[in-house]
Amino acid sequence: MKRRGFLQAVALPCAAACAASSDARFTIEARFYEKLPYKKIKCKLCPRECVIDDRERGYCGVRENRGGTYYSLVYARVCAAHPDPIEKKPLFHFLPGSMAFSVATAGCNVNCKFCQNWDISQVRPEQVASNFLPPKDLAALTRQYQCLSIAYTYSEPVVFCEYVLDAAAAGREAGLKSVVISGGHIQQEPLKKLCGRVDAIKIDLKAFSEKYYKEVVNGELKPVLNALATIRKLGTWTEVVYLVVPTLNDSDEEFRGLARWILSELGRDVPLHFSRFHPEYLLKDLPPTPLPTLERAKAICDAEGLDYVYIGNVAPGHPAENTRCPKCRRVVVERAGFTIRALALDGGKCRFCQHAIPGIWGRI
Amino acid sequence: MRIGPQYGITRRGLLEAGLAGALGAKAATPEKSRVVIARDPGLGAGRSPDSGRVLKLLDRAMQSFYGLDSPLDAWKKLARPGEVVGLKVNCLSGRGASTNPVLVEAICERLRQIGIPAKDIVIWDRLDSDLESAGYRVSSRKDRIRAIGNDTAGYGNELAVYGSAGSLVANTLVRTCDAVINLPVLKDHGIVGVTLALKNLFGAIHNPNKYHINAGDPYVADVNMFPAIRQKVRLTICDALTAQYEGGPSYMPQWSWPYNGLMVGRDPVALDYTGWQILERKRAEKGMKPLRELRREPLYISTAADARHRLGTNDPNRIDVVEV
Ligand code: SF4
Repeated sequence: MKRRGFLQAVALPCAAACAASSDARFTIEARFYEKLPYKKIKCKLCPRECVIDDRERGYCGVRENRGGTYYSLVYARVCAAHPDPIEKKPLFHFLPGSMAFSVATAGCNVNCKFCQNWDISQVRPEQVASNFLPPKDLAALTRQYQCLSIAYTYSEPVVFCEYVLDAAAAGREAGLKSVVISGGHIQQEPLKKLCGRVDAIKIDLKAFSEKYYKEVVNGELKPVLNALATIRKLGTWTEVVYLVVPTLNDSDEEFRGLARWILSELGRDVPLHFSRFHPEYLLKDLPPTPLPTLERAKAICDAEGLDYVYIGNVAPGHPAENTRCPKCRRVVVERAGFTIRALALDGGKCRFCQHAIPGIWGRI
Repeated sequence: MRIGPQYGITRRGLLEAGLAGALGAKAATPEKSRVVIARDPGLGAGRSPDSGRVLKLLDRAMQSFYGLDSPLDAWKKLARPGEVVGLKVNCLSGRGASTNPVLVEAICERLRQIGIPAKDIVIWDRLDSDLESAGYRVSSRKDRIRAIGNDTAGYGNELAVYGSAGSLVANTLVRTCDAVINLPVLKDHGIVGVTLALKNLFGAIHNPNKYHINAGDPYVADVNMFPAIRQKVRLTICDALTAQYEGGPSYMPQWSWPYNGLMVGRDPVALDYTGWQILERKRAEKGMKPLRELRREPLYISTAADARHRLGTNDPNRIDVVEV
């Protein structure tokens, strides 16, 4: 199995740097589950609601029933850690130009056929090298690397939710923000808890059809849409990413349906990123997304009335990487890849026409 | 390694699955897949059956399966000296409903008698801790019979892909063993219906948790198409000493009964179909609903038999069940 280079990309503190030998440190009782007869449990963290026998694990592979009590095996069990530009997440309306200290554990509650990180997301925690990085140490490390936020990313933060909740609290105490990069397969109760602790949630909306979710993602669309609506209702900053896969989720109708749903359920000012697909994992037979397809998606969503539609994962410098003021149409954030070239915002308002641009701009 | 149907099926594989007829006019009447069920009503229930009687039962099953008078001649059909033989046990359920060490001991004895030294026998499953809890002493010393979990032996580097499944496959299967005897237990499974020959091979992959959805269909069949599994698993000996018709895969004594038997077959689909029917009959006898009504009918068994997989037959007319 190939191993992540970025695991070693940061020098973890001495106490955490030894390879994880015993799993006791990473094991805590799960916070969202229900006990059933015969030592079975039902997980209430994500919409799968896995019913799990004693000694078995759920679909995500990182939670285990031990004698009728359910445990997370990935608390502070960090298999990837790296300071990244926040634009890489991508979050474009959130502290632009800042760095986010990004961490992941093993595991995911879906199995996308195009996963770029399958070697950590589709494995069990004991199958990948990990380090022990408890919440306070993570916060300290984030500050040490001069990052303004902690990003829970690369795999699926929902499956290491307990760690996210505690680390976000530790981060907040240390003056840090937290952002979650998720597929949005989560139940309402844990989602509400997350919204109370973190500052932004970016949702990877994989497609706008149940068929695609069933066949390509091994998940469901409906709970993701519900999650987005809840995040928005609770006022947590959110941006949506849509990975465009040639022939599978790239029709005009789907783009239009997506735009209309966002307009009616979330609002016109939710940023939407169309991202380029690269063949990987179980989907190697398709070509990378042609640039015109991404431009077509943007054009459709612009025409439907969304204010902030971006294109990502393309050669740096494409004009659709920039943020334009929807009122005066001037560029207020000019980007080239992950670099901020120019910023024309004052207190979150367009410098040219004073129109408020939604987002968390803060100290830059 | 990516394989598709065009690469995944060898003529040998088809012949071994008893499906030679699919290939040409010469074999117009396909051979039936033989499943031998050997039983000893006096064996006695529990985890410690008489080892001598288990050995005799095993001999009876093997001789009948290969149609030979001598047990050692039968074993010689399976493996030869110089080969490393893996015994894929099923150990998830502790001592109650895992492959019985008494049976495994009997198999090891016969393997040694046909010239396979202890160092060339490997008992394996997913985890060292599962092996220990089922009564196997974990050891990777090469001067004795090894018992080793995939968590220690690791997984191969290449992703095996077939249909909906993509997995890393256990080193013990891919690298260590030349031949594997599959040793499942005759029991119910709360998600995929039953866990027998086909499902036991989930213990050879790194991500079995991903493939229980939709009652394991088509994932169980797809995983069994991985080349290492197709090429190396030579026989299934299903431990039906104690069987379980509900509440599996965990051990539930209230739903277990002494079947006092072994099932032997080379066609995993035929064996699974036959075992499934035994469990359904027991469920009916106990007034329980059929698995179909509980939405856990093991449809993966028919998928394994379909034209895309051809792993064997689930057609009762083409299964020769021999009771001895
Ligand atoms: S979080 Fe994991 S165990 Fe829980 S329901 Fe989802 S996939 Fe199943």
